[in-house]
Amino acid sequence: MSHALQTETTAALKADGLMVRFGGLIAVNRVTFDIPVGGIVSLIGPNGAGKTTFFNALTGLFELAEGQVLLGNKDITGMAPHKIAGLGVARTFQNIRLFGLMTAEENVKVAMHGHLKSGVFGTIIRTPRQRREERIAHDEALELLDFVGIGKTWDEYARNLSYGDQRRLEVARALALKPSVLLLDEPTAGMNPRESAIFTEFVHRVRDEKKVSVLLIEHDMSVVMRVSERITVLDRGEKIAEGGPADIRSDERVIEAYLGKSGMEHGA
Amino acid sequence: MSDIATVVPPTPSRRGVNIKPGLRWPLGFLTAAVIIFLYYYLDTYFRPAIPDVLHNFVATWLPLLPINEALIYAMAALGLNVVVGYAGLLDLGFVAFWAIGGYTAGWLASGFFFNQDIRFFGSAFTLNQATGGVHITVWLVLVAAGLLCALAGVIIGAPTLRLRSDYLALVTLGFGEIIYEVFYNGDNLFGQNVSNGNRGISPVDSIRFFKFDNTGAFTWGDVGPFDVLSKFVFFVILTAIVLFASLRIREGRLGRAWLAIREDELAASMMGVPLMRTKLSSYAFGAVAGGIAGVAFAVHVSGVFPDRFRFDISILLLAMVVLGGMGNVWGVTIGAIILAWTNSTGLPKAQSLITDSGSKEEVGTILALAGLGLIIAGVVLFLRRRTAPLLTFIGVPVTVIGVVLFAAKRDVSFQFLIFGAVLIIMMLFRREGLIPEARTRLVLREPGRTEAEALGADMVDLAPELERLPDENVHAGGSVPVAPRALTGEEEAR
Repeated sequence: MSHALQTETTAALKADGLMVRFGGLIAVNRVTFDIPVGGIVSLIGPNGAGKTTFFNALTGLFELAEGQVLLGNKDITGMAPHKIAGLGVARTFQNIRLFGLMTAEENVKVAMHGHLKSGVFGTIIRTPRQRREERIAHDEALELLDFVGIGKTWDEYARNLSYGDQRRLEVARALALKPSVLLLDEPTAGMNPRESAIFTEFVHRVRDEKKVSVLLIEHDMSVVMRVSERITVLDRGEKIAEGGPADIRSDERVIEAYLGKSGMEHGA
Repeated sequence: MSDIATVVPPTPSRRGVNIKPGLRWPLGFLTAAVIIFLYYYLDTYFRPAIPDVLHNFVATWLPLLPINEALIYAMAALGLNVVVGYAGLLDLGFVAFWAIGGYTAGWLASGFFFNQDIRFFGSAFTLNQATGGVHITVWLVLVAAGLLCALAGVIIGAPTLRLRSDYLALVTLGFGEIIYEVFYNGDNLFGQNVSNGNRGISPVDSIRFFKFDNTGAFTWGDVGPFDVLSKFVFFVILTAIVLFASLRIREGRLGRAWLAIREDELAASMMGVPLMRTKLSSYAFGAVAGGIAGVAFAVHVSGVFPDRFRFDISILLLAMVVLGGMGNVWGVTIGAIILAWTNSTGLPKAQSLITDSGSKEEVGTILALAGLGLIIAGVVLFLRRRTAPLLTFIGVPVTVIGVVLFAAKRDVSFQFLIFGAVLIIMMLFRREGLIPEARTRLVLREPGRTEAEALGADMVDLAPELERLPDENVHAGGSVPVAPRALTGEEEAR
């Protein structure tokens, strides 16, 4: 949370000349990008543009060929994924990756792993400290589940939740890391327009109440245009445009990337 | 044994911090232990109090020595359950920790290092002895074995746990063999004798514990090799400790992390769970239980012998975990006790019964052939009809009985045939084990919500704060209302 309280000019997360290479293929090519503190920004681009790869690079899943990632003022380049997560970069997954055979509450508690302190013996003996810690974790988990709107199903196995609830649970789980940056990978995939509309409100609420900076990958243009304060467009691993929704909508390179050259002619 | 097996299954425990888990199983375990203890106490010291019929029956089918051994197996299986059931890491060399625990007892509580003379709260017997050796009280040896096994677990785990599933299983298998070979050939390890080779180390010191004198009066002293009842109490206490620790650890921070890794390693790491450290801790935790079982076994047989630590024990332990129900400590305990009992008492006694009964070898042959015929018919028909598995279901036991009748007459060992058949039947009809963990049963028996939806189940209630469909049945008992159009053929009809 302390990161979020820094001055407006500092970026919550900054990627500097990020490059990811798979053998001879350059999946992300020297992308420089930042998430302003308290901002909601989006990353869009056609399929295969390298959006998710970029996400994975930020969260430490892929090794960087070049470049640097800064969280606040801290260099997190090359750190192990669980360390980056512990420092406050939380994410959700494009194809939901919950712990299906754990309850909603347990799912959230797993993400508190780094915050909890009790060890093996404390857990076996159940020291007063451990009990208190577990009680607080339980309360916090329920609070988070209430926050995302699925508090009633806290005792339900994650795999039995409805699709939309699973998406919400993923957000709750990510928030349990007490992150300063929240990365959402296609959060409205598979939702109908009404649900997507509700979701945009939800993203604003998360940002405002949990004081996080949000980065979205999104396909649904109506969601992107409504929710984002700034949009970055990737195409074939390169950043081709960046700006407010209005700028992006009229950007020729973006239209070209999405529709191809002829499409641009028709569209214009 | 039957006392344990017939205990009522626990009410589905509500997860949550302030809700106490059901006490039925722990009480059942305790009751069974107390009943066995009281019976054998009376049987040993007040023999007339027990009716002859009961005495003969129990002496045949439920002797105390195999019960003790079963408890030791239960400890080791519970340790393996942490690795396999909780964290989902397949370990085929778990007997290694059992061996390390056993040899720790051999080193620290026997006359093995005869040119040393270290004594620390050893038994009176060893303290008064003129010969040398390291004689540390077995209670401390338990701690030492736990620490050593945890260390061994970490050392072995560090390079191997980076591997996944099949590769990990193969490496652990190799590790189990290495440990066995090291101890087996340990009488000349670079010129040093570390294990007495295939002769093993014996005797291992006795424990200082309570026991009974000839009149059945309670005394405190050295438990001799034949004070089986004292050892029984000792093993019950150790098993209870391992059970308790397994149950408690499961409900904490570490237990959740293990389950998360079992469910989705990548997502777990993205949620701040350090993969290596968490996997190592499951390995170390299981190893400690294995080490305790090793010391207990050394006490049980008053010695350590490398032949007791072969690969088949690893497989037997794994079979116990699978049979009982991976991840459920009570299931694993019962699986271990049943298999250990079958192995040590059930099958040999059944064999001698058959031998004495005067049945003909030909009967066995005919039954075996008939059973095989049924299986083959079942397999062939299985390709066409849904009812055909029934034939296999009948055929497998008939074959097994036939072969057993045949083998018993010829005095051939057939226990692995039985184990194999049991495992095959289990995998066909009850994959989740005898007393499965609720989670495992779910994944094997019911489709997940998203899976059901993928099949076309009609359940669109994606926005919970909007008016919800009356879907109370969705959450009742974890069942999912599956109305897959694709399955009912509605799709084709349109």
